[in-house]
Amino acid sequence: MPEELNVLGGPAAQFNEEVLIRRIRDGEGDLFYELIRPYERRVFAAALAILRNEADAEDAAQEAMLKAFRHIRQFRAESRFSTWLIQITVNEARMRRRKEHAEIMEPIVDRQDEEGNYVPRDFADWREIPLETLERKEVREKLAEALASLGEKYREVFVLRDMQQLSIEETAKALGISTASVKIRLLRARLMLRDLLAPGLDGGWSSKFSFAKGAKPW
Amino acid sequence: MVVRCEDVWREISNYLEGEVDPTLRTAMEEHFRECKHCASVLEGTRNVIQLYGDERMSEVPLGFSHRLQRRLEENTVPARRTFLGWMVAAAATVLVAGSFELARSVSRHPELRSEHARSGHGVPPGMMVIVATDGKTFHVHGCPFIHDKAHLQTITAGQAMREGYVPCVRCMKKYLS
Repeated sequence: MPEELNVLGGPAAQFNEEVLIRRIRDGEGDLFYELIRPYERRVFAAALAILRNEADAEDAAQEAMLKAFRHIRQFRAESRFSTWLIQITVNEARMRRRKEHAEIMEPIVDRQDEEGNYVPRDFADWREIPLETLERKEVREKLAEALASLGEKYREVFVLRDMQQLSIEETAKALGISTASVKIRLLRARLMLRDLLAPGLDGGWSSKFSFAKGAKPW
Repeated sequence: MVVRCEDVWREISNYLEGEVDPTLRTAMEEHFRECKHCASVLEGTRNVIQLYGDERMSEVPLGFSHRLQRRLEENTVPARRTFLGWMVAAAATVLVAGSFELARSVSRHPELRSEHARSGHGVPPGMMVIVATDGKTFHVHGCPFIHDKAHLQTITAGQAMREGYVPCVRCMKKYLS
């Protein structure tokens, strides 16, 4: 994961990015897709983490990227372009979410406060879910389902840090919260996901994800 | 240093981030060796991070890139004008520039280069005229009264007037009534 980050944000890529930004600012708008192409997955994932609906997330992602284009002159080189872009995406998705009053539908877990420690619920031996199983769509869907069941504040932090590989500081900045809050929410999100994916708890996968009794998706 | 299970759960995320100090790290590692439950929590959490961090988990819907490119093209690349469009735009620019120049020529009275000359009236500001760098008058092309032919410049009448040039009494006679 850190290697991937280096590839995306390495010195050569960063130089290229700076050149692209300068040229776009000077009027070469057609280069903008080139600039955002490495991040389109991240932007979509960030929007999806908040909106939990692919169509809405796609629209929000597109709008966020257009906003980034319109405000490219406001981008300051002290932060990474990707962080700035994700920040715009988070704001766009949150705004849409507020408009739809979707918070009424927020799962109960989101209302848990951050006080007190989260206690893991499943202590059975963890049975490794191999990376290769991600080739299977149903496994990806089940993981996405587990993620979608987390409260928004945990989902946002987890997606930005563990899926988008933003640093703790960048995640805090993108969400407008403290690094301490990021750490607490991240811990909870990771442990909650682990509990959700752990086999054996309350019937495990078979009841939570309606798999055939005793069968695992991998 | 001895840590309890509760301490381990609280710090497990920081442990995976590599953000615990060496003493705590050693104590946690010792705890994991002895406590099967906490080792299971650690393995599961690590597996969760690994799975969700895989780029296959951040897939975009089919056609996403294409639709995005199309929307960007519609909004980031200036629309290509038709020839007629360009002509209309050019005419509008000339009109706007002309009125601007006219307004400026009316509102400002630059110091004339010749005390005896008269400034003109109604000289089209966009008209191209000939001036000599050290001369006092501006002329139409081919006027036989152009002096100092070595230092001629072609500029707009508006600019010539702003620089204090006055219309030639011969070739620009109609503007000197």
